[in-house]
Amino acid sequence: MRSAEETRDTTLAEESWESPQTPETGGPSSGARKGSLLASKLVRYLTMPLILAAVCVGLYLWVGSLELDSIEQRSLNREVITEKVIRHLEITAVATLVVVLLAVTAGVILTRPVMRKVAPYIAAVASTGQGVPAIGVLVLSAILLDQFGFKAAVAALVIYAFLPVLRNTMVGIRQVDPSVIESGRGMGMTKTAVLFQIELPLAVPIMLAGIRTALIIVVGTATLATFINAGGMGDIINTGIKTSREPILITGSLLTAVLALGIDYLAGIAEDVLKPRGL
Amino acid sequence: MTDGMRERDNGHRETMIRLENLSKTFPGQHEPAVDDLTMEIYAGEIVVLVGPSGCGKTTTMKMINRIIEPTGGRIYIEGEDVTTADPDKLRRRIGYVIQQIGLFPHMTIADNIATVPRMLGWDKKRISDRIDELLETVHISKSYRDRYPKQLSGGQRQRIGVARAMAADPPIMLMDEPFGAVDPITRERLQDEFIRLQQDIQKTIVFVTHDIDEAIKMGDRIAILREQSKIAQYDTPERILTDPADEYVEDFIGSGASLKRLSLSRVQDIQTSDWPVAGLNDSHDGVRDKMQRSGKEYVLLLDDQRKPKRWVSMADIEHNGIPLSEAGWPAVAIVEGRSSLYDTLDTMITSYKGSAIVVDDAGRYQGVVDFDAVLQAIESMRPAQHRDGRAVPEGA
Ligand SMILES: Nc1ncnc2c1ncn2[C@@H]1O[C@H](COP(=O)(O)OP(=O)(O)OP(=O)(O)O)[C@@H](O)[C@H]1O
Ligand SMILES: [Mg+2]
Repeated sequence: MRSAEETRDTTLAEESWESPQTPETGGPSSGARKGSLLASKLVRYLTMPLILAAVCVGLYLWVGSLELDSIEQRSLNREVITEKVIRHLEITAVATLVVVLLAVTAGVILTRPVMRKVAPYIAAVASTGQGVPAIGVLVLSAILLDQFGFKAAVAALVIYAFLPVLRNTMVGIRQVDPSVIESGRGMGMTKTAVLFQIELPLAVPIMLAGIRTALIIVVGTATLATFINAGGMGDIINTGIKTSREPILITGSLLTAVLALGIDYLAGIAEDVLKPRGL
Repeated sequence: MTDGMRERDNGHRETMIRLENLSKTFPGQHEPAVDDLTMEIYAGEIVVLVGPSGCGKTTTMKMINRIIEPTGGRIYIEGEDVTTADPDKLRRRIGYVIQQIGLFPHMTIADNIATVPRMLGWDKKRISDRIDELLETVHISKSYRDRYPKQLSGGQRQRIGVARAMAADPPIMLMDEPFGAVDPITRERLQDEFIRLQQDIQKTIVFVTHDIDEAIKMGDRIAILREQSKIAQYDTPERILTDPADEYVEDFIGSGASLKRLSLSRVQDIQTSDWPVAGLNDSHDGVRDKMQRSGKEYVLLLDDQRKPKRWVSMADIEHNGIPLSEAGWPAVAIVEGRSSLYDTLDTMITSYKGSAIVVDDAGRYQGVVDFDAVLQAIESMRPAQHRDGRAVPEGA
């Protein structure tokens, strides 16, 4: 798991190779530089989908060439795989959404000046979820909620992925130049206006990096949801292990990897698109 | 000599800002950062708060728009007690410029400038027109509207900061070391531009700096502060330079007070010498006559538009055959009427004639100043000549 500092560094590093060209520094070479920038952007955007597609096609052809027995046929068919993928995505989406709502809100509250004294303690409590192994959080959540399945899985994943979003929201808001906030307040912007028009937009790049981390944690950890009967890709992998069927195991693992990488890829694009201009 | 030419009839001026026994003690501190400050600022004047680092200038200024809440005393703006008024509404009628500028990096220049007008509910057209007008005022091309602050130079950002503060045409502007973060040449240019701008807009401006030279240049009145924002002297730059209230003020002004004083007087306000002038097309005899009658050794030749062209001596005229337009030597060392005595003296020293020609805005001849005239002006600045004695008492 990447710490907030690390995530922040990544953001900065990414910024430096595609920072917008200022017109003044333009000059004759700027056209060429823009061209190569566009090319590198295209390469970056196209590489991952091509690799993922290649893996899927390869996997499809390979499984298609095998003589599947009845156990394998029961797991490796379109309906089952589609159902598991959708379930996996549902768990991931709901858990991430809840994390974002809760952790961003918490991050905003904890960075208000009134909370300055208590913020470190609350942040410490919020990070305990990270210390416990994921499977432990899942089982504990199921026991505490007194039910197995979807809700327990989502609750566990929320606890597990809370910290990166909380921490990056706080870091993101705190790194906003105080003079920018002061000039806003000095012009008569209300505290709320300053939060929504200045602090949050300027925190967005760092917050997005945290959300992306959370998303990756959730999509990976959601494979464990199978152990509390919540379904998802874990079902396929687990069946593969229990029945010692390599095609099932390999299909499940590869598809999980493709899913995780695909989501990370989309999150990366979202980061680029949602980053405020001018930064 | 018109001493204190920038001085105005303070007795009849409308008070814009009044601070009354204003104090601030920061939480957890025993000593107040600002202690019992009372001062009055008139409409349309630039008051500079100046003093050593940590003396409380910024704290004082930020209490006027209540970015820092006072712990004692009252603030009046246009006679209205705003000590407990809604700070957000109060701030929308007070322009605010800080050293770090604080432009919103994720908003375009146009959006930055539009901040206050939008809060005041102006319609789109009016805001857009106002943005164009302000960009022109601060000498920034309209093509910059959609750029982001990062794409601007330091000086350009500072101009946008000023434009943004003026957007809704507030009667009052607070400026905390607004030109502190740019290089000296840019700073000088921004100062000059701002002084010229202020002549048009006539805002009430509270200007904070720790640089006495900037204070002298920018201020209609200067408040020299000591620790805890106690006023050491509150007066016009002229009086502070010629008649410092005490040793503290003297030390703060530093050496060269007389020279600084020269930068406050304009050459158009001192007596120019009567100098014989003639036209370029006059006859040689006519010029010779003028010279003999005046008793001077040189005559200044002007062209049709009365622009100074050449100096000629008797010997030059005796060289018959040379047209006047080529006789003698070219008239250099020309200063405009509103140049400071400091600059005039500089020009005189570097010209071999030891005198400078004064012209008006259009470059037309006004008169000639020589060392004697400047010396006389300096003489009349001495404190001994101050019949009205010491300045208004503190905060009065
Ligand atoms: N927010 C704050 N909390 C506590 N003390 C403060 C705060 N702001 C200023 N002070 C203290 O108040 C005093 C006056 O500070 P202020 O910033 O007004 O000085 P200044 O005259 O503007 O100095 P400078 O020229 O360095 O900007 C200083 O001793 C400073 O340490
Ligand atoms: Mg200060």
